[in-house]
Amino acid sequence: MDIRSQISMVFHLDKCIGCHTCSIACKNIWTDRKGTEYMWWNNVETKPGTGFPTRWEDQDKYKGGWEVVDGELKLRSTSKAKTVTNIFHNPNMPTLDDYYEPWTYKYKDLFDSPEGDDQPTARPISMITGEEMDIEAGPNWDDDLGGSPIYAENDVNLEGLSEEQREQMFAIERLMMFYFPRICNHCVNPSCVASCPSGALYKRGEDGIVLLDQERCRAWRSCISACPYKKTYYNWNTGKSEKCILCFPRVETGQAPACFHSCVGRIRYLGVLLYDADKIEETAKRPDDELVDAQREMILDPFDENVIREAKKNGIADSTIKAAQDSPVYKFVKEWGIALPPHVEYRTLPMLFYVPPMLPVMSAQEGESVRSINEEFFPDFDKARAPIKYLAKMFGGGNESHLRYVLKKQSAIRTFRRAETVGDIDKIDAEKLLIEADCNPSEANDIYELTSLCTFEDRFVIPAAHREEAIEMMKDPLEHKQEAGFGFKEAPARGW
Amino acid sequence: MSNSKLSWIRDEVAPENRSWEEFYRNRWQYDKVVRSTHGVNCTGSCTWQIHVKDGIVTWEMQGLDYPKLEHGIPPYEPRGCQRGISFSWYLYSPLRVKYPTIRGALLDLWLEAKKEYNDPVEAWTSMVNDPEKRKRWQRARGKGGFRRASWETVKEIIAASMAHTIKQHGPDRIAGFSPIPAMSMVSYAAGARLMQLIGGVSLSFYDWYCDLPSASPETWGEQTDVQESADWYNAKMLAVMGANLNMTRTPDVHFAAEARYNGTKMVVFSPDFSQVSKFSDEWIPINAGQDGAYWMAVNHVILKEFHHEKQEKSFLDYSKQYTDSPFLVELNKDGDVYKAGQLLRANRLTQYKDMENGDWQFLMWDEEENRTKVPKGSVGNRWAKKNKGHWNLKLEDNADGSKIAPKLTFLKDSDQIYSVELDDFSQGETITRNVPVKMIETADGQVPVATVYDLLMAQYGVGRGLEGYPENYEEDATYTPAWAEKYTGIAPETLIRFAREWASTAEKTGGKCTVIIGAGINHWYHANLMYRAAIHALMFTGCIGKNGGGLGHYVGQEKLAPGESWASIALAKDWFGPSRLQNTPSWHYVHSDQWRYEKSFTDYHTVPEKQPEKTLAKGHTMDVNVKAVRNGWLPFYPQFETNPIDLAKEARENGAKDEQGIVDYVVEKLKKRDMKFSIEDPDSSDNWPRVWFVWRGNAIGGSAKGHEFFLDHYLGTHTNQVSDPQFAKGSTEEVVWHDKVPQGKMDLVVDLNFRMDTSALYSDIVLPAATWYEKADLNSTDMHSFIHPLAEAVPPAWESKSDWDIFKDIAEAFSKVSEKHFPEQMEDVVTLALAHDTPAEIAQTEIKDWIDGEVEAIPGKTMPGIKVVKRDFKNVYKRYISYGPNVPKNGLGAHGTHYDVKDEYERLKIECPTETWDGETYPSLKEAKDVCNTVLELASVTNGELAYRSYKNMEEKTGLVLADLAEKNRGVRMTYDDLCAQPRRLHNTPMWSGLLENGRPYSPFTYNVERLVPWRTLTGRQHFYLDHPGYIQYGEHLPTYKPKPTPTQYAELTTSESEHKAKVFNYLTPHGKWHIHSTYGDNHRMSTLSRGVEPFWINDKDAEELDIVDNDWVEVYNDNGVVVTRANVSVRIPRGIVIIYHATERTLSVPKSPLRGNKRAGMNNSLTRARLKPNLMVGGYGQFTYHFNYWGPTGANRDTFIMVRKLPILNW
Repeated sequence: MDIRSQISMVFHLDKCIGCHTCSIACKNIWTDRKGTEYMWWNNVETKPGTGFPTRWEDQDKYKGGWEVVDGELKLRSTSKAKTVTNIFHNPNMPTLDDYYEPWTYKYKDLFDSPEGDDQPTARPISMITGEEMDIEAGPNWDDDLGGSPIYAENDVNLEGLSEEQREQMFAIERLMMFYFPRICNHCVNPSCVASCPSGALYKRGEDGIVLLDQERCRAWRSCISACPYKKTYYNWNTGKSEKCILCFPRVETGQAPACFHSCVGRIRYLGVLLYDADKIEETAKRPDDELVDAQREMILDPFDENVIREAKKNGIADSTIKAAQDSPVYKFVKEWGIALPPHVEYRTLPMLFYVPPMLPVMSAQEGESVRSINEEFFPDFDKARAPIKYLAKMFGGGNESHLRYVLKKQSAIRTFRRAETVGDIDKIDAEKLLIEADCNPSEANDIYELTSLCTFEDRFVIPAAHREEAIEMMKDPLEHKQEAGFGFKEAPARGW
Repeated sequence: MSNSKLSWIRDEVAPENRSWEEFYRNRWQYDKVVRSTHGVNCTGSCTWQIHVKDGIVTWEMQGLDYPKLEHGIPPYEPRGCQRGISFSWYLYSPLRVKYPTIRGALLDLWLEAKKEYNDPVEAWTSMVNDPEKRKRWQRARGKGGFRRASWETVKEIIAASMAHTIKQHGPDRIAGFSPIPAMSMVSYAAGARLMQLIGGVSLSFYDWYCDLPSASPETWGEQTDVQESADWYNAKMLAVMGANLNMTRTPDVHFAAEARYNGTKMVVFSPDFSQVSKFSDEWIPINAGQDGAYWMAVNHVILKEFHHEKQEKSFLDYSKQYTDSPFLVELNKDGDVYKAGQLLRANRLTQYKDMENGDWQFLMWDEEENRTKVPKGSVGNRWAKKNKGHWNLKLEDNADGSKIAPKLTFLKDSDQIYSVELDDFSQGETITRNVPVKMIETADGQVPVATVYDLLMAQYGVGRGLEGYPENYEEDATYTPAWAEKYTGIAPETLIRFAREWASTAEKTGGKCTVIIGAGINHWYHANLMYRAAIHALMFTGCIGKNGGGLGHYVGQEKLAPGESWASIALAKDWFGPSRLQNTPSWHYVHSDQWRYEKSFTDYHTVPEKQPEKTLAKGHTMDVNVKAVRNGWLPFYPQFETNPIDLAKEARENGAKDEQGIVDYVVEKLKKRDMKFSIEDPDSSDNWPRVWFVWRGNAIGGSAKGHEFFLDHYLGTHTNQVSDPQFAKGSTEEVVWHDKVPQGKMDLVVDLNFRMDTSALYSDIVLPAATWYEKADLNSTDMHSFIHPLAEAVPPAWESKSDWDIFKDIAEAFSKVSEKHFPEQMEDVVTLALAHDTPAEIAQTEIKDWIDGEVEAIPGKTMPGIKVVKRDFKNVYKRYISYGPNVPKNGLGAHGTHYDVKDEYERLKIECPTETWDGETYPSLKEAKDVCNTVLELASVTNGELAYRSYKNMEEKTGLVLADLAEKNRGVRMTYDDLCAQPRRLHNTPMWSGLLENGRPYSPFTYNVERLVPWRTLTGRQHFYLDHPGYIQYGEHLPTYKPKPTPTQYAELTTSESEHKAKVFNYLTPHGKWHIHSTYGDNHRMSTLSRGVEPFWINDKDAEELDIVDNDWVEVYNDNGVVVTRANVSVRIPRGIVIIYHATERTLSVPKSPLRGNKRAGMNNSLTRARLKPNLMVGGYGQFTYHFNYWGPTGANRDTFIMVRKLPILNW
């Protein structure tokens, strides 16, 4: 057993508003500089849709993540051999067209135009060339099913859906949408890290945050191809790549990352998971439909004495173990089994998990009228607008049973709480439903409370960073106290 | 640590390899954090932490320190959305107005005039009275040519224009528009205070924005009072209609999402698969604008099954005590049938003939004693002078104090069954239904009456064994589920199931069903009817005045919590009596000449066919508005064709000795028709508004329904409207018609702004305003129960100043020119409408016009109030900065409350800065922070002692025990610095109707239900029945359904069809995702996350028919104007409707329109214009009595139709 601690995340999609406050929180702080304009370390997508960069989930095109070849895990994008041949030309790399050309406007024309015979307007111009441009794409172009005949229909996850299921997504009486916020998953088996020829990417030992060293990066951009989630970006100004840093300067000081802090839907949870690094390889090699279970198995019980002992042996601090025990992520992922990894079939073992959304029940169009097809008080998820198969492609490695499990449990909890608070549903029936959903009243109340009544402290359980110990390895922390903030930081070789 | 198997995964711990991490750590550093918020009418009122680094605002993050509510309610943290968090971009953006900016053409003329005239007023007069010169700068409006100017120059021009206007035309030709004080109340107060100190006009906003839900004053006598969002969590059934919570209630929607896990069912009604539909259990894809039909049928089901068949006791008891259901309505014979008339007045009965205010006392039938009784709580009790302390909801008789057991229905023991005629507007016919009747002995004989309840049963079509009713739900008759299906497109079984779940949830929970409703409904012409239908479903099931129940109308940040003290400052009530407060819908409809482009309103507004002589329900909207002004129902400014200062002089010259003499003189002049009301001849240059201040709003853009008409008639610049300005000729009776179409009525338009928005682009002078991170102010909302500061994270950048300082400076400049031009105090004749929450609520029992000699002309009773105010123009600045003497003299109050503040005023003079002049000392209002503190110190929500006093005062009025509600908080006071430290929760006060002690979420009318304080209505109860004679004429006395106006009826496509005929769509403008009104949409963050333009959303199949592909440029047009933007083709939009999200700008990325002479296309309001609903103009009658932003017609614009085509050629 080789126990590591990892700061992990849960996004509760059922609560996601699709507001993008998270995206702006991040952009304001981290990617508002020249060269980073088009980067959205945090972005939010509407599903069904093609996302950002467009069709990022199409690994036939982008070749991100891992595959199992002859029983071995291999990067799809490159092997060490391929790296050399692809160094100057990587056919799988997204281009600016796959992202978008960042633009602004000639705002000043509104102030400075001389008097004319018509009203001035501020035309769009490229932030890269400064030239006037036509806006044809953006980082959130298909928001709220915008352009859906073009974009939603090209959602990669629709592959394999029956004609009828596909139609369902585009007939108004049955269509659906939900939001899919994304940041770097800080994977346990990160393909970006593995792909870097310069060794510029690493996982931080103490918290598993994946970072891209701004000094060591040599702009090979292998990470950009290798990351199946397309969460590393190339800064065209500095010539370095950059990625989500999980706001480590905030996390180190006990604050939630900016996108978590600002999440006004209160959908985000953050906490420590302990996992067995010895199991990474065998886990990542399991067949697609077993991957969710396998990844869950890799995650260890922080209350288990054996785990605690082994963790301490590996240098994991008591405070971290305590944090793992209080971790909301552990509850959602492991105890309750209602948070699932995104596209686990990419085999990077992402450490961001999603609670899938419940969606409204379908209707039937009958002549000029629409009839709701629901017969129960709360919608039956088999009649809900999101085909289980579609959700399973995103969150179950194709295995629908995980989705059924989650949706059934959520629905049973609602029925149970209705019985508790209104009483128009029989309590005994409600408890029966809970048991059928592998739940019980006590767990149901716990899930309800962490979902609905959660405070900031409930959602974010951040382990002590023990910065003093890290600093001590370089210099006396007292000295650091005395001189922190003084002096010049040298620019990386290529400037910034 | 290393991993032997997976060599590629490096778990890095070595510090030397990680020293580069400082790169990001250095970015996450800042010098200070300051609490502020955004003053943007989003209703969010979120607390924000503004991070400052190197003296620059670098980013903002939400504050998390809201005090907690009671256990079991999710916390408020965090609050703030994508728009708010992008605000910091504006501060240093290229869109920022950094310096005073003026139109070059105007500046040149000014400098030229100044060479000739040393005196600024004379210089302005010379320019503005020269038609060519005036036209010169008017034509340049919106066409570039801005120049930077000094503060001194622009202040001088503004002051000169004000003085000139007061002299030549009168102060009521100077108007100020600034919306929604609650979002930054001191900044609002700045301009409003200046307006009122000089006798100018403050323009309303809530009604103009169509945010005012007319059904709220109709039902409750209340502008709007709603539950804070946390209370959604208490609801066990949530119906969301016309409200897109994700988009508009972004920081609140979590309460709804979270409630579902607590067993709440959520049903969303929306024609498009709107963003909030995602959260629903069921999305009801109701046809656009047909929500009223749906709820009418829901009420049919509830009444039939739960009221009649099940006799659900809690519902019936609620109806008896808290609604007008048991009141008796007189039935009037009309041929073979009867019609429902007015409520039977108590003094019609011999035994009550001498009852005080007996015209305003109403009757119930006591089912135990089998006789009539006069319950307490009516408006007659409210304004009683002798019989005081009976204004309460105890079921007790006014005359003898006996208990009342109200009878709801005469079904089982009627004296007669009468055939009552009802209107079925859906079919355009009348129907008759049998109604049980009681015969009441009155002084003038036997009168048949029915209970409101029995009339409701008749109207909703619940037969109860009587004749003339639908047999079952399948029958197509008003208002069955089968009937509703024709309009809503929703299957009856779906509706019936909903109605049952609704009522049974309410029954099981004691009223925990909530409707969340918004602009998606409220912007329709017949919005009041749709709202009423939904409100009735709440009232029938006892859901009003309950936590978890009620109507959550969230359209505009109308709740200014510390209202009493704030109003005294903002409306300069500390110095004067009446203020000039104008209902803006009428003002714009009249002055921007939108009335010239339509004929009789009955072209599109269905009213009963048979009408009495002199009915209000026919003719032109203008005619009704003129009558409304003449009869004192609505205000209108300018008042008269004569300058009100000259008028006072004239009266004095003609022998008036005192104020009464002046008033008598004016009345006589009006009666003799020697002087017209301005509204009778609005296109005469005598009656134009002249100087217009706009601040904190986008009056010419985002809020200008009929924007292109503004450009034409107000500004005199280019316009893309192609309607016929002679269209109304011959169809009005009360107004003078001018064939010559007035253009450019405004002499000067001044805009205070931090960004170059559409209003700024079209103004003459743009003054650089401080942003929300650069000034001290206060912000409150109805979404939560906290009060927030705005604070100066950094000083106002470049040459910008806070609104308070800008208007203070203008006041100073104006005072300076006044020393020469107005050395003496002057008398100003001020008219005002009959006012809600005053005895004017019992002014007019029937519609009678003094002009026809039907009644005596009595100011404040049968006509507008007329007062004389002494203006002191040279001391305007001193008064502006001093909190005046009327406050200690008169006390404070709002919504009919009152309390004394003498001691507190004296305390301010000791504890706070003061101003001393002319031998008197006043609390200072010089600095915005002092204003904040004055507001907080003297308001009942923030000063517990004053809340206590206010309850004590209410105890006298009601005869109830109430002051215990404030006992716990008596010692609590809040200051501006306290708010900067942490958001503070408001406490109980009689100014607001929700109780919020001990962390209980605020839900409106809990005060009324639990403490038996009446609603401010005719009967003191919630009103199903609206018996105003005008309402009866319009057929809206009972809840009803009226068809939507059609495009042909609206006639907004006449010219356009001849230009280029294309497919016609209903044009919807709901609130969008990337802006709050027009703010944020032009900022780089939001434009990047959208499509770089505000797109035109259209269904995929509709688009295909028009050969339009996603992101194509399209030209969208009607006679009102044109928009050129890009298409967003989406399957979530149903066929036949299109959406441009509300309040776009025409500043960014707007090409030219080939259809309209290749001129620059406009913005979303280029396609709209306002239609006023005339029955909302009545007044002087209970809850139908004017109050600023409370009552009056709204600026409805949702029934607009447009055509669209692919843009043939893109031209910039």
